[in-house]
Amino acid sequence: MSYDRLIIECSKKGRRAYSLPRLDVPETALPDSLLRAEDAALPEVSEVDVVRHFTNLSQKNYAVDIGMYPLGSCTMKYNPKLNEDAASLPGFSDIHPLQPESTVQGALKLMHEMERMLCEITGMSAFSLQPAAGAQGEAVGLMIIKAYHLHKGDEKRNRIIVPDTAHGTNPASASMVGFKVTQVKSNEDGEIDLDDLKAALGEDVAGLMLTNPNTLGLFERNIELIAKLVHDCGGLLYYDGANANAIIGKARPGDMGFDVMHLNLHKTFSTPHGGGGPGSGPVGVVEKLKNFLPVPVVSKSNDKYYLDWDRPLSIGKVKAHYGNFGVVVRAYAYILSMGAEGLQKVSETAVLNANYMMHALKDLYELPYDRTCMHEFVLSRLKDNPENITTKQIAKRLLDYGLHPPTTYFPLIVREALMIEPTESESIESLDRYIDALISIAHEAVEAPELLKEAPHDTPVRLLDEMSAARTPVLKWND
Amino acid sequence: MFPYVPATDSDKRYMLDKLGLDDIEDLFKDIPDNIRLKTGLKLDQPKAELEVMSSLKELADQNLDASKAAVFLGAGAYDHYIPSVVKHLVSRSEFYTAYTPYQPEISQGTLQAIFEYQSMICALTGMDVSNASLYDGASALAEAALMAADATGRNKVLVSATVNPESLRVLKTYLNTKGIELMIIPMHDGVTDTEVLKDKAGSDTAAILIQSPNFLGYIEDLSEAEKAAHEHKALFVISVDPISLGILRTPAEWNADIAVGEGQSLGSPMSFGGPGLGFMACKSALVRRMPGRIIGQTRDINGKRGFVSTLQTREQHIRRDKATSNICSNQALNALAACIYLSTVGREGIKEIALQCWHKAHYAASAMTRTGRFSLAFDQPFFMEFPITSDLDPDVIQSSLLKNGIIGGLSLEKYYPELKNTILYCVTEKRTRLEIDTLCSVLEGLK
Repeated sequence: MSYDRLIIECSKKGRRAYSLPRLDVPETALPDSLLRAEDAALPEVSEVDVVRHFTNLSQKNYAVDIGMYPLGSCTMKYNPKLNEDAASLPGFSDIHPLQPESTVQGALKLMHEMERMLCEITGMSAFSLQPAAGAQGEAVGLMIIKAYHLHKGDEKRNRIIVPDTAHGTNPASASMVGFKVTQVKSNEDGEIDLDDLKAALGEDVAGLMLTNPNTLGLFERNIELIAKLVHDCGGLLYYDGANANAIIGKARPGDMGFDVMHLNLHKTFSTPHGGGGPGSGPVGVVEKLKNFLPVPVVSKSNDKYYLDWDRPLSIGKVKAHYGNFGVVVRAYAYILSMGAEGLQKVSETAVLNANYMMHALKDLYELPYDRTCMHEFVLSRLKDNPENITTKQIAKRLLDYGLHPPTTYFPLIVREALMIEPTESESIESLDRYIDALISIAHEAVEAPELLKEAPHDTPVRLLDEMSAARTPVLKWND
Repeated sequence: MFPYVPATDSDKRYMLDKLGLDDIEDLFKDIPDNIRLKTGLKLDQPKAELEVMSSLKELADQNLDASKAAVFLGAGAYDHYIPSVVKHLVSRSEFYTAYTPYQPEISQGTLQAIFEYQSMICALTGMDVSNASLYDGASALAEAALMAADATGRNKVLVSATVNPESLRVLKTYLNTKGIELMIIPMHDGVTDTEVLKDKAGSDTAAILIQSPNFLGYIEDLSEAEKAAHEHKALFVISVDPISLGILRTPAEWNADIAVGEGQSLGSPMSFGGPGLGFMACKSALVRRMPGRIIGQTRDINGKRGFVSTLQTREQHIRRDKATSNICSNQALNALAACIYLSTVGREGIKEIALQCWHKAHYAASAMTRTGRFSLAFDQPFFMEFPITSDLDPDVIQSSLLKNGIIGGLSLEKYYPELKNTILYCVTEKRTRLEIDTLCSVLEGLK
């Protein structure tokens, strides 16, 4: 029987897990009118209870440190331990964001250097480290696009174009920034349909958001033409950096014609995903958009670093202070470790690993776009599938093999999609084990389909009732 | 060879052979030649662990950190004590190297912890439901404003000038881009001017946003603001310091519709301002308009308790441009830290910490104002922060304190031009009487 307790169920009056120094100042009376009527009903547990509880919970998680985690477009690469140590240095973790600038020169220098390195890697002219995650980076990029057009006195541009392969955050970000969204189709090669794009372009278009390679793992070979079409109609080109792991050291968004972009430090630059954050989504821009970046900007004068708030064209602030600095420290350590040579090895190996897996699996699984992929590829249904096994069932069966499934049912244009991104972190042995599992599952689908239909069997909990969770929500322990 | 990239040359050769390719470059042929990077990146050579760490230590050593100085600076980021267990448990790599829990059967650790986090945020705030976290307190306030505009179908938000200026800036950015009007209600005697607020609130008001304790540390009397909001069917949004809720009246007791705040104080280090933790809790009726993830309890096919992401039709991966927010990655690990922190300090600890902050801050304020050279800017109840006015230049005070191993408070003139020579001090439970007395004697010694 696996662990099944809530921390509140471990609570017993009189237990405690904390200690504070004795109060060493005289007390000051509190007016009753300011006070809450009842104590906050938090648990009362011992330190041993806390440690056992959360250690037990941790053991119910799958994680990169346990095994391969090939979620497409999520870049679940290994998170180097050195980076954790770096971010934990008190000189980084225990500094206050509003300390005098003279007392945080090292932190400001790190940010300044990081911006410079990201510019080199992407071909952009300037970066802001402020956005807390990819989606916030998208919103910032779109605000910059909006501010740029308005600054030019061009008030009619209220539309953003996204391809039908785009991440859900793209249209959601566009909408959050007050744009209308136009979706354009993909062609039979899995790339943007140029005719559809041309039809969508017009003088009300603010810009196009593009992931390249796209979420099918395919490089948009017409990128230069796409950039020209968008620019000719007065729009700007936004690069969604979610898939940048495919191209670092090989090609740069700035050279492809992109004007503004974000990177996900928690994908390409190895910072841990933390079970869903914190991330970091720095935004880079070309020269003409520099002045629109969020405030403050780290600047340098006479060998002193300072925060420049005097930026009249700036879109403002999207997050308190300067971004998820602790995440930036980790990514900075990663770039130092890898250097130019290492980053190039990253993209080469990530792409090689993906192609190796795709090649090994395409005999048994439908491969809707059969061409060289970049860092990820998208499979569809099983070729031999008399029992109509679904992608969800394949994914759940992978859990029984002790593996994390790929991204499923995305991108939306591929039926029953299985989107696989192995990353450069996986050895050939690890790739082979995953391939073998998917081959074995393909055989089970024909020979023992009930194994898939009832999966998972060996997980801490089995298939969960998501319908009733949404119908009668229980969102806290006393609901 | 790179330690993080296991493929050997012979592995690569074997894999290329399988693909029928000669060279790894063949895999990149889809990238048009004239946009290929021909020269290689202009970055340094790869560094060994030892070298990376010494570079980083060199940078870290150029910062004055809280282990070397007594911090009397707050204003939205706080130097509270973090029990040892928090770091040890958050550092379990089963937690921090996992992704968003898309496969609930193998993510029960993260999911249950977030469910417990939601439960404890509700216990602290008194609200009905909490989400799984937002980026920070500032963006949480902005999201609450967007949520209110959406819920009421109205286009104008009133916010008090006593809200943290960082949050105010973020709020402006979010609302400006969305075309929602933002009206700032002025401060009077260090708190929100409720007369102006009542006057400005109307049938076009989507929400009234107030922070308490406010940016100056003062505890606002929210009864008039609550009436003004609900009289006009606007939403009442309160931004709170979660530590203060160990003792202070809760947002639910003030009849808030949405409570938000910065949760860095709950077990995350200051980390130069990020990553922190935005929390948001609301009344049940608003749950389907909440941004971000929400975790719910359910059963598996054997009837065993389990946890899943729920009410997902609000979210971007399902609703795309119709989603309640674009947020995807949030601050899950900081929410976990908050969950562990709140479990550790528990029902008694959260009170004791809040009380120690109260007593120490009040001791400090009275010690600082004893001789009459320094005085409280306003006569209002405060929690653990308070503004002190004198005839001395804040920069002179700050540099004298630094020489004595103290990081002083925040000069307020930049944010409130009328508050000249006024410094906002913060005294958490970490400060000792000796540190407070030293601060006071340095101040008294200034000419």
